[in-house]
Amino acid sequence: MTTAVLFLALALVAVSATAVVLTADPKRQAVTLSVFSLCLTVLFVVFQAPDVALSELAVGSAVVPLLVLLTLRKMGRR
Amino acid sequence: MRARDVIGLVGAAGVAALFAAAFTRMPAVGGTEHLYRDLVLPAALRATTPNLVSSVNFDLRAMDTLGEETIVAAAVVGVLALLQPPRREIPHPRGNVQPAVRFTGWLLLPVAALLGLDVILHGHLTPGGGFQGGVVLATGWHLLYLAGSYPALLKLRPLDTLEYAEAAATAAYVLVGLAGLLLAGSFLANVLPLGSFGSLLSAGTVPVLSVVVGVEVAAGVVVLLSRFLAHALGHADEESR
Repeated sequence: MTTAVLFLALALVAVSATAVVLTADPKRQAVTLSVFSLCLTVLFVVFQAPDVALSELAVGSAVVPLLVLLTLRKMGRR
Repeated sequence: MRARDVIGLVGAAGVAALFAAAFTRMPAVGGTEHLYRDLVLPAALRATTPNLVSSVNFDLRAMDTLGEETIVAAAVVGVLALLQPPRREIPHPRGNVQPAVRFTGWLLLPVAALLGLDVILHGHLTPGGGFQGGVVLATGWHLLYLAGSYPALLKLRPLDTLEYAEAAATAAYVLVGLAGLLLAGSFLANVLPLGSFGSLLSAGTVPVLSVVVGVEVAAGVVVLLSRFLAHALGHADEESR
C-alpha cells in the first residue's frame, strides 16, 4: 500500500515534469511549472518531509510562476 | 557527433554511474536505520524542540541558516540595484478580475495572513518556520491586488518600512548569534531558557530566530515582487515618484 502511494507520487512528478519540458509557450509553462511544484509537494509529504513540502508549495507553486509571468509581461510589451 | 555532444554524454554517464552507486547504498524507504536522526533526536530533545527540522535549521545548523538568510537579502539587494523602476507613469491598467476570483481573494486574505503567522510562530513545534511562513505572508499580501485593486496594494504596502524591516531582521539574526558568543562562548549558541517541551515559549533561541527569519523573508519577498510588479505594469515605484 505505502509503496503504491510512493510510486504514484513519483509517477505524478515524472509526468508533470515532462509536461513542463514539453510546454512550448513560456506563459503556459508557468502554469505547468506550478502544477509540477504541487506534485513535488505531494511527493515530499508522502516521504514525510512536511517542512520541505511547505517551502516547495509556497516558493515553487506561487512565487516562481508569478515572477515568470511578470517577467514575460514586461518582455512582451517591449 | 560533435565534440560537445561527446563531452556532454561522458559527463552524463559519469553522473549516472555516481547516482547508481549512491542509490544502491541508500537505506530503504521507511526503514529503521537512520544515522542522522540518531544524532539529531537527542540534541533536539535536550533543547526541548519537538520539530527536529527546526532544531537543525535554527540550532544545530543555525550558521547555515544565516547563510541562507543572507542569500535572500542579497537577492533583494540585487533586484533593487539592477531593476530600477521605470520612469514613465502609465495609468493603472484596468484589469478584468472575475467576481468569483475577487470573492475567493477576500476569503483567503485573512486565512493566508493567519496561516503565515501560525507557521512562523510555531516553527519550533510543528512543520514550518520562518522561511515558509514568511513566503506565505508575502504571497498572501498580494491577494490585496487580486481581490481589491492595485492602488489598494500600493496603499497597504509600506515599501520603505519593509526595506528597513528586511535589513533589521538580517542584523537581528547576527545579534542573536553574537549573544550566544558572549554568553556561552560560541556563535549562535542556544542561550535562552529552554522552557517546557511543546509550549509556545520554549526551545530557547529557535523560535526567536524563526520569527527573525520570518520578518526578513516576508519583507524581502514583498520588496522583491514590488519591483517586478512595477515593471510588469509599467509604472514608477512609489519611492521614486
